[in-house]
Amino acid sequence: MKKTFKGIYLAIIILFLYMPIVTLMVLSFNEGKTMNAWVGFSLKWYKEMFENRIIMEALTNTLTIAFWAATVATIVGVTACIGLNAMKEKHRSVFMGLNNIPLLNADIVTGISLMLSFLLFGISLNYGTVLFAHITFCIPYVILSVMPKFRQLENHTYEAALDLGASPAYAFFKVVLPDIMPGIISGFLLSFTMSVDDFVITHFTRGVGINTISTLIYSQVRVGIRPTLYALSTIIFVAVLIVLIIVNVISNKKEETRHEKN
Amino acid sequence: MSKKIFSGPFLLFIICGTIVPLGVITFYGITDRSGAFTLENITAITTGEHMEALLLALGLALISTVICLVIAFPLGLILKDSKLGKKGFMVFIFILPMWMNFLLRTMAWQVLLERNGIINQVLGLIGLPDLNIINTPTAVVLGMVYDYLPFMILPIYNALIKIDKNVIEAAYDLGAGYRQVLQKIIIPLSVPGIVSGVTMVFVPSLTTFAVSNMLGGGKVNLIGNIIEQEFTASSNWNLGAGLSLVMMIFIVISMAFIEKFDRNGEGNII
Repeated sequence: MKKTFKGIYLAIIILFLYMPIVTLMVLSFNEGKTMNAWVGFSLKWYKEMFENRIIMEALTNTLTIAFWAATVATIVGVTACIGLNAMKEKHRSVFMGLNNIPLLNADIVTGISLMLSFLLFGISLNYGTVLFAHITFCIPYVILSVMPKFRQLENHTYEAALDLGASPAYAFFKVVLPDIMPGIISGFLLSFTMSVDDFVITHFTRGVGINTISTLIYSQVRVGIRPTLYALSTIIFVAVLIVLIIVNVISNKKEETRHEKN
Repeated sequence: MSKKIFSGPFLLFIICGTIVPLGVITFYGITDRSGAFTLENITAITTGEHMEALLLALGLALISTVICLVIAFPLGLILKDSKLGKKGFMVFIFILPMWMNFLLRTMAWQVLLERNGIINQVLGLIGLPDLNIINTPTAVVLGMVYDYLPFMILPIYNALIKIDKNVIEAAYDLGAGYRQVLQKIIIPLSVPGIVSGVTMVFVPSLTTFAVSNMLGGGKVNLIGNIIEQEFTASSNWNLGAGLSLVMMIFIVISMAFIEKFDRNGEGNII
C-alpha cells in the first residue's frame, strides 16, 4: 500500500516534469501549423529550422559564447585557485566571499549593473560584452568546483617532484594537474551549461542583432511561437540527454575502476 | 615570485565584472538624470504601482517556494529510500529538466495552457470544464514551480543522503516511531539542504520577469517586470537602478538567512 502510494507520487511528478517537454516533441513532428490538431507526421519544421538563418545564427552564438566563456573562466578559475591557495586563510576567505557575490546575486541585478557599466564607460553592447558577462558569472562555478580538489591535494608529492629536480611548471602539469582534473572538467561543464541556459544577463548585455537561443525564444514568444521552435526544443533536449548520459557513463566507469583499484 | 600573482586575472574580473558594476548601479540608483544626488528612485518603491508589484512578487515567490518544498521533501525521502533500479538513474530523471533551457520549458507551458491548448482539448474530450489560467498569477506560479523545482530537489536530496543511517536506526531501536524520527532527526539534519533549496527557488522567483511575461501575458506585473520595463520601454535607468537596489535588499536578507543556517556550506548544490 505504502509502496504503491510512493510509486504514484513519483509518477505524478515525472508526468508534471516531462509532459510539457514531450508535448513539444510530439508537436514538432506535426505537419499542421496550429497546435490544435494533429494533421500528419512531417519533418518540415526541422527542415525549416535548419534553413532559418536567424535560428542558426542564434544557435552558433549560444554555442561559441558558451565555449569561450567556459574556456576562459576555467583558465582564470584554475589560476585563481593556485593563487588563492598561496594566500593566508584570512585573505582567502575575503576573496571567496567576493566570489560568491555573482552566484547569490539575482541575474537581473547582475545583468543591469553590467549593462550600465558598459554604457557608462562608452563600450557599445555587442558579442564581446555578452562574452565578458558570461565569463564573469562562470568563474565562480569553476572556483567552487576546483577549490575542494586543491584542498584535498597532497602537498608532499609536489614538493617531492621539486626536490627531484622538476621545475615548478613541470611539477604542476605532471603532479598537481592530474589530481585536480575532475574538478576542472566539472567546472568547465557547469560553466558551459550555465552559459547556454542564461537568458537574463544576455538580455541586458547583448547588442542589437545579437541573439542567443534564449533571447530568440523570448522575442518569438511575443510575436507568436512557430513550430520551428518545437523542433529546436526537441533537438536541444535530445542533445542534452545524450551529453548527460555520456558524462554519467564515463564518471560511473571511473568510479568503478577506482573501486577496483582500492 | 609569489604564487599569489596567479590570482591576478581573477581579481581583475572581480573588480571589472562585479565590484565596479555594483558601484555603477548604486550610483545610478541614487542620482537623477542630471547626475544630482536623490533618494527618489529608492523611495519610488512606496508608490502604488511599484509597491503592488513588489508585494505580488513576494507573494508569488513565497507560494512557489512553499509548493516546491512541499513537493520536493517527500520526493527526496522516497528517492533516498528507493530501491528502484539504479538510484542514480532515478535522481537523474528528476534533475534532467534543469539542464534544458528554462525559456523553452516556460514556452512549453504556454503552449499547454493556452485557451485552445492541449490541456483544454483533453479536458473537453472527457467532458470537464475549461481551465482558464493562462495570463493569471496562477499560471505564473505554475511556471515558477515547474522551472525551479529541480533547484529544490537537488540540495534536499543531497542533504538527505548524507544523514548517517546508524543515527536513524539508533532512534528506531530506542523506540521512536516514524513520525518522531522524521521530526527529531531527518528534518533537523536536512535543514542546510532545505535552506539552500529555498534560497535557490525564492531569489529567482522574486526577481523573474521572463516567466511572468510569458505566462502572465503582460497582465501580471512583478517587480522584475517593472525594472525591466524601465530599461527597455520607458528607459528611466535611474529609476530602474533604484528599484534594483531595493530588490537587492531582499536578496541580502536571504543571503543572511542562508549564512545563519548553512554555516558549513553543506547544502551547496555543487
